[in-house]
Amino acid sequence: MLELKKLSMQFGALKSLSELDLTVNKGEIVSVIGPNGAGKTTLFNVVTGIYTPTSGEVLLDGKSIAGKDPADVNRLGIARTFQNVRLFLNMSVIENVMAATYANTKSNIFSSALGLPGARREEKAVRERAEELLNFFGSRLTGYRWEQPAYSLSYANRRRLEIARALATNPKVLLLDEPAAGMNPKETQEITDVIGRLRAEKDLTILVIEHDMHVVEGISDRVIALDHGVKIAEGNFDSVATHPDVVEAYLGKGSADRK
Amino acid sequence: MSEDTSKLGIGTDEWVAQHEKRLQRRSGALGIVDLLNQRVSNKVRYSALGVAAIVFGLFVHNLYLLRIASNLGVFLMMTLGINIVMGFAGLLDLGFVAFYGFGAYAYALTSSSQLNQHWPTYLSVPAIVIATAFLGYLVSLPSRRLFGDYLAIVTLFFGQIFIQLVLSSDSITFPGHTDSTDITGGSNGIPGLDPFKLFGRAFKSTSDYYWLLLIVITLLLIAVVRVNRTRVGRAWRTVREDPLASQSMGIKVNNLKTLAFVVGAAIAGLAGAIFAGIQSAVFINGFDIPLLTLIYAAVILGGSGSIPGSIIGAFVMSVLPEILRVQNYSEFLFLAVLVITIGVIGKNWKKLAINIVSLIAIGYFVKALFSLSHMTTTPTKTWAIAPVSKALQYWLVLPANRIVWGNMAFIALVALVAYYSIAHEKIKPWLLPIIAYIAIFVWEDRLVADASTTRQLIIGAMLVVMMIVRPQGFLGKTRVEVL
Repeated sequence: MLELKKLSMQFGALKSLSELDLTVNKGEIVSVIGPNGAGKTTLFNVVTGIYTPTSGEVLLDGKSIAGKDPADVNRLGIARTFQNVRLFLNMSVIENVMAATYANTKSNIFSSALGLPGARREEKAVRERAEELLNFFGSRLTGYRWEQPAYSLSYANRRRLEIARALATNPKVLLLDEPAAGMNPKETQEITDVIGRLRAEKDLTILVIEHDMHVVEGISDRVIALDHGVKIAEGNFDSVATHPDVVEAYLGKGSADRK
Repeated sequence: MSEDTSKLGIGTDEWVAQHEKRLQRRSGALGIVDLLNQRVSNKVRYSALGVAAIVFGLFVHNLYLLRIASNLGVFLMMTLGINIVMGFAGLLDLGFVAFYGFGAYAYALTSSSQLNQHWPTYLSVPAIVIATAFLGYLVSLPSRRLFGDYLAIVTLFFGQIFIQLVLSSDSITFPGHTDSTDITGGSNGIPGLDPFKLFGRAFKSTSDYYWLLLIVITLLLIAVVRVNRTRVGRAWRTVREDPLASQSMGIKVNNLKTLAFVVGAAIAGLAGAIFAGIQSAVFINGFDIPLLTLIYAAVILGGSGSIPGSIIGAFVMSVLPEILRVQNYSEFLFLAVLVITIGVIGKNWKKLAINIVSLIAIGYFVKALFSLSHMTTTPTKTWAIAPVSKALQYWLVLPANRIVWGNMAFIALVALVAYYSIAHEKIKPWLLPIIAYIAIFVWEDRLVADASTTRQLIIGAMLVVMMIVRPQGFLGKTRVEVL
């Protein structure tokens, strides 16, 4: 589904990613772990078109998408959330989701202004779809919250809304950047379930950056570990978590031996 | 959803969600404004406005008032246009009046003896709208990568280039010709434009334009309201909120910016053409920075991004200067504004009463002082409304040399207001009546006579007060940046 070939991203002398190879198969949930500054978010930014890679390939269904405009990458089927939650804060909750259907809808400024039947029908469908997507999160984002401005949401709800917004773009691949950050243990458990349900119900391929190892353990089919832009380990959770290079990257040189 | 927040348990989700409402429940006059703002639906507001406009058109035949109303209409179109570009899409377009000027000049060139073109209105106005929209497209091209201040600078220069082009296009020598051609009339403008000819009649009177504007604005409002709440409007707001996130959600930010520019330009072009028709002449100095600041002031005052706000802003910014032009009105306008301001600031009625009583006392005290010192005063000044003017005569000092005293008092006023903003809470109540008295003194003795300066001062003061009391504008929503 998503394939990275010798992907490198360099800022001046800083190699954020070097010659990274990664294949994510359809329906798979792959977690990316690594210490701060390992290049995880850079990886997402390159895949979603925010950065153009210095070298290497990003392939979606065998077609190169490297260097494409973020909007085009999204239209090809890759949606994402952001590490520092980038909602449209001053728009209502439901509008956040409705806005993300932009690429899949057609009504233009004239048909909207004239209130043509097609535009009205589409608007109604968009609203229903947004409600359906928000209901995906159980009672967390329903009813009275729809008309609330997004900034009035709690941190955890903002993360949920961001996922709903990403879903509204009808993606094939979903990139989640630290979906459980800032959540309490109960909410973390909930988001773990949500990610599982996303794959099952929405037929998604998911790439997750996460620091919470309980989440990583709970959801991942496969884990890859990055350090200084290099892939240092890949495999199932247990093999990566105990991999000496990974332990060293997190805890410093020699830690693996002492254990 | 429960309206009564007191029934909700503190800390529950619903309670937290209604945080905003509780914040807005303010005391005093502003609280009432908020309440009215929430209670009345937009449909009711727009209909009431429409009915008022129709009644006005049917029963008012005073040419002067019709002129003011028509100018308001043109101004309103401009604020609606800039509200799309700035309020919805968040693009600070400082070249906006150039589109307006372009529309006006395009009408002048196609409907006057300047180039000997007399196009039918059915042809010229649509052509002008399309041409202005295309110009908007061209301007948006270099601006596609720009946001915020950078965009503002680029568009500001575009506006200036337009003015220079018009000014210097009065003697252009085309290749192969020896004599120069006058296209725009330079600083002399283009007089003697044809009136609009629509619906089988030539627009002879301002009243005709009034009805035309009423129709155009009604259609425009419906269109803008609809677009704002559907697909394109939402996408514009995402561009304003977070362009990067917007792009990542598949929204073509650059195209939407261009679209906002084009739509804004088209509206401004149409407004310009109608304005040229009303004036039956165009002069370049009407399309310069002063107008731009007025339009922006109107949108900011009303609340950027709010359509009803744009309407109110346009009312204030376009009708107020006209009221100030007439001395009889302006003399009392200030007193009214002052009373309202005190009402807004003084949240409890006891303090308000004390303030007013001490203000009156100060007046008589100062008047007595002046009489004792045998200063020459001119008690013969008369005000328009007799009872009030009599009361004022015994209360307000009217020195013989008004300009000198007025200037000094003005400086003292500015200094006192500046001091008030940093004064200790205990001193503030004492200062307030004094400031009010000096303000009235300055107004009645100095500013009323100098209407053109006073207008600028008032608009400036209004903006300053608005930005302090209600930075989001009259009907605007508080915008949260990053939490």
